[in-house]
Amino acid sequence: MTTLVGVLSFVAVLALAVILGYLVVKGASSLDWNFFVKNPVPAGQAGGGVANAIVGTVIIVGVAALIGLPIGIGTGLYLAEYGSGRFGWIVRFVADVLNGTPSIVVGIFAWTWLVRPMGHFSALAGSVALAVLMVPMIARTTEEMVRLVPHSLREAALALGYPRWRTSLRIVARTALAGILTSCLVGIARIAGETAPLLFTALGNLNFSSSILQPMQTLSLQVFTYGTGPFDEWHRLAWAAALVLMGLVLLLSLTARWALRSRHGAAR
Amino acid sequence: MTAAAVELVPHEAARTPRLVQHPTQTATPVIDVRRYAFWYGGTQALFDLTFTIPRRAVTALIGPSGCGKSTFLRSINRLNELIPGTRHTGDILLEGVSVFSRGMDAVALRREVGMVFQQPNPFPKSIFDNVAYGPRLNALAPERDMPERVERALRQAALWDEVKDRLEAPGTSLSGGQQQRLCIARALANEPEVLLMDEPCSALDPAATQRIEELLVELKQSYSIVIVTHNMQQASRVSDLTGFFYLGHLIEFGDTKQLFTRPADERTEAYITGRFG
Ligand SMILES: Nc1ncnc2c1ncn2[C@@H]1O[C@H](COP(=O)(O)OP(=O)(O)OP(=O)(O)O)[C@@H](O)[C@H]1O
Ligand SMILES: [Mg+2]
Repeated sequence: MTTLVGVLSFVAVLALAVILGYLVVKGASSLDWNFFVKNPVPAGQAGGGVANAIVGTVIIVGVAALIGLPIGIGTGLYLAEYGSGRFGWIVRFVADVLNGTPSIVVGIFAWTWLVRPMGHFSALAGSVALAVLMVPMIARTTEEMVRLVPHSLREAALALGYPRWRTSLRIVARTALAGILTSCLVGIARIAGETAPLLFTALGNLNFSSSILQPMQTLSLQVFTYGTGPFDEWHRLAWAAALVLMGLVLLLSLTARWALRSRHGAAR
Repeated sequence: MTAAAVELVPHEAARTPRLVQHPTQTATPVIDVRRYAFWYGGTQALFDLTFTIPRRAVTALIGPSGCGKSTFLRSINRLNELIPGTRHTGDILLEGVSVFSRGMDAVALRREVGMVFQQPNPFPKSIFDNVAYGPRLNALAPERDMPERVERALRQAALWDEVKDRLEAPGTSLSGGQQQRLCIARALANEPEVLLMDEPCSALDPAATQRIEELLVELKQSYSIVIVTHNMQQASRVSDLTGFFYLGHLIEFGDTKQLFTRPADERTEAYITGRFG
């Protein structure tokens, strides 16, 4: 039994190592200065970079975080502090269902409710779709983190005369801050690589665009269009973009781990 | 009514001299409990309590576990009302004003009624900020006067000499006994009229306990203290009056010496002699 489990976990680690290794082999050689600062050149030509996709990822994920984090954190605080009633139960249930919803379903809703009424694809619709994916995750993890705050601290603040909502904000949110930050980073990492909902919304853009009301490129969309395109040059860039995306997600996850660790360190 | 309401206004200058100017005031009770009963959902935890708690004295509440001592204490500053499904009948008056009246806002009430809990519970902040928390919330003093106010509270809690050189250290870095005195200082910094203490020494060693007992005797010069304790010796050492709770009823309430030497009720006698509880 032990051997079997050992072999299985070895296979899992091996798979990850192979993926990472292959990404590095295929992508690293294309990671030069031009890759980061140049926009794509017309199809078939050599050279060019993915600056438009990098900027697009930052904008779309940034706007999604701007929308999703406050709503998610607020919902999490509400659930932890006042969520014992029927309404809290419903919110929690909806969040859990949303959490398990395939992202492509969210994408088609965003397309129906945002892209069609607006008449064109846009980065904003993509951000909204990503925010919808983010909110339930952030809400539930924030709730967990806030629940970890000792009840005695809450009572201490209340007994000093702190109104309940201020107790939540000042004592509870602050004590749980590192945990909430961690959950935000994990949430951002999770949506940074989303592709399916963006196909319906941000669409992708072979040129540079920084207008959130226009179609916009992201790294994940770049990997999709270039990876399935007909040119070797595109394939090369797709691998490099995939590597950058992977690095970004890894960086976010590591930062999240580090934040959580430093919190536990401080608690001791 | 009006006179009592004025008492609740944050008014620092009025605080210490009050006793000097009106020695007769010691006679008026600070808390007046009238036919107070309390329920957690369908379970009644307190039955028809009627008694008064004197000003500038230590009142001890004793009784077996689960008899409602904490419930009563938390009724005075209305911490219980945060638990869903609770209700009460009767009334508790603080300085003649019902703590449940519409005009009594929980913030003002809890400024007048400080509380110290069983487990020391300092905030994960500096010693200074812990003590300054209440005054800052209640805007009792401008920030430039805060150091003075913090020092006063820490001195009253007999902690100043031990922490004066490390006010920026986290409150959680202190020993258990020191943390509890920090929590007392935190409560005192609001300059409350009443200090509620729910088994404040149960997490402390004998030396730290003695420290706090000495402190109580000093504090009753300026504060009205209600302390819940499981320690009979402690009750008889520090308190002026003692109330014996049993199954949610106040069985006996009166002068501490008398209650411990000549209890009127046989259940009281059984409890203080250790025959049950
Ligand atoms: N939050 C609550 N919900 C329901 N019942 C409660 C709650 N808190 C206390 N009780 C019940 O109310 C009764 C009185 O409890 P309380 O905590 O006031 O007792 P106590 O005298 O302080 O006991 P101890 O000496 O153990 O602290 C007990 O029967 C207890 O089970
Ligand atoms: Mg108790």
